[in-house]
Amino acid sequence: MRFIKKISYEQDVRLFQHEGQIFWYSLLVMSVLIAPALLDTFYIGELSLVFIYAISGIGLMILVGYTGLVSLGHAAFLAIGAYTHACLLAVGVPFVVSMICATFFSALIGGLIGIPALRMTGIYLAVATLAFASIVEQILTHWVSVTGGFRGMAVELPRVLGVELYDAVPFYYLCLGILVVCLLLALNLLRSPMGRAMRAIRDSEIPARSMGIHLAFTKTLAFAISAGFTGLAGSLLAHRIGYLAPDSFTLLISIQLLIMVVVGGLGSLHGVIYGAVFICFLPQIIAIMRDFLPTAIARIPGLEPGIFGLILVLFLIYEPHGIYGRWLKFRHYFEQFPLYRKAAHKRQKSYLRTERLR
Amino acid sequence: MSEMSLSFGGLLAVQRISFDVNNGDVFSIIGPNGAGKSTLINLISRFYDADEGTLQFEGRDITATPPHHIAELGIARTFQNIELFEHETVLQNLLIGKHVYRKTNLVSEFLFTPAVRRQEMAFRKEAEDVIDLLDLQHYRHQVIGNLPYGVRKMVELARALCVKPRLLLLDEPSSGLNPEEKEDLSYWIEDINEELGVTIIMVEHDMNLVLRSSNKVMAMADGRCLAIGLPDDIQSNPEVKRAYLGDF
Repeated sequence: MRFIKKISYEQDVRLFQHEGQIFWYSLLVMSVLIAPALLDTFYIGELSLVFIYAISGIGLMILVGYTGLVSLGHAAFLAIGAYTHACLLAVGVPFVVSMICATFFSALIGGLIGIPALRMTGIYLAVATLAFASIVEQILTHWVSVTGGFRGMAVELPRVLGVELYDAVPFYYLCLGILVVCLLLALNLLRSPMGRAMRAIRDSEIPARSMGIHLAFTKTLAFAISAGFTGLAGSLLAHRIGYLAPDSFTLLISIQLLIMVVVGGLGSLHGVIYGAVFICFLPQIIAIMRDFLPTAIARIPGLEPGIFGLILVLFLIYEPHGIYGRWLKFRHYFEQFPLYRKAAHKRQKSYLRTERLR
Repeated sequence: MSEMSLSFGGLLAVQRISFDVNNGDVFSIIGPNGAGKSTLINLISRFYDADEGTLQFEGRDITATPPHHIAELGIARTFQNIELFEHETVLQNLLIGKHVYRKTNLVSEFLFTPAVRRQEMAFRKEAEDVIDLLDLQHYRHQVIGNLPYGVRKMVELARALCVKPRLLLLDEPSSGLNPEEKEDLSYWIEDINEELGVTIIMVEHDMNLVLRSSNKVMAMADGRCLAIGLPDDIQSNPEVKRAYLGDF
């Protein structure tokens, strides 16, 4: 068991609470830094994709996991980021500027969508964002002069200050760097008053209002921040795919993003990473499994989305806290080892809330 | 508050009620179930819009102020059925009470600049003062979901105090507490009123607590005000007796 001696209030806002965390996180950073030297090019590419998904997952987690608003339309922000970035590169805007513009443009659209969407919660909001995503898909298909319509558009090669980042390894480091920056930004947000206000809204809107939190403003902001992160991920994804077409940003992608944050563990940034690893490598695992399955099963069309759906349902029923929640329980068991009580994580009904005000 | 009314459809929840609360008062509202007491609290904290009448706080008309500005003006409240942020620790709940004092902007928060850090430390210091006042030290880092009912009630009170209100609205602060906790509560109400100089309006059923802590009581029934006066006078008021016990 670990006991942390607290001697100042500063300790509670530090990013690392104790030496153990510093050790393990440094180990993690070291291993992702040297990974390109050890892994096959294919897996480096896959890891870059994990990083890209994780960046958009941070955005979705801020919205779904921390503000409690559901979005089924995040593929649209991914698309907006990707197309904005590709178009700006095509007209000769420098890489970094273009990427920043893509981020802010997505954030702006996210904020605008947030304004009408604020009046809805739960399933209604999910449907509204779904509608938004299909509108964006239509625009991408029909605005041929800019997006190239169904034919799609090629994305210029990433080049920062004359250095080509096209190869798998430099691109890997680019994605990793941006992911780390995004994680730090998100961690900072979550330990400051605005992040706290978002979590307050997630847990209970009425007292949040009575504590002086402006619901409409905070929710719009959450939407904008979320869309910004996702847009940034989109601009990286544009390079990963290399050729943009509307069918790269379908409803299935939105659902995959949502599965990522739910399976990873709602309300934690660790969950984003677990979720990203999960959704990027599950298709590979399924592909490998196909070889060992009887032909009748392996040939079933739509096996992959089916398994995705099944896993989502199983998680919702048996482990609503996701992979990260499962890990916490596992760790708790060993931390408390001989004294572990079985009921420690039992789910229980909570007290009634004031429903008269709704 | 003067001549305030509110109806839900055909039900007149509050009918032309007027009262004044002086600075430093502990003003209790009593009455049988369905009298409109909680509605009154919701009117003052601006969750409900009044059909008619005006609401004034420190000489300012707040009849149309949006509810999220109420805390800024110095009015904090608790809820009848506890409304805490359940997945957060006690400390985080209290810090949300500090939201109205937020001076930093989003960019500095993204970067967690020294200004944000200083602000966090200042908030923490003030939250710790409230923790000391209400004896919540043990629970500081516990998640609300794991706490017993009585403690949650106190955390809610603490969160309201973190706003540093000049007017505190308590909606049935003693419901669900055991005798010992009620005892503590009556001392705390006294402390909050006398030491922190907070004016209190509370809805309460426990007559012992009302008699002990308040210096002015209003009795309500069916949305109407029956009587306003000193606690003892209200207790012996025939109208009030009839409202509670019926005609003899």
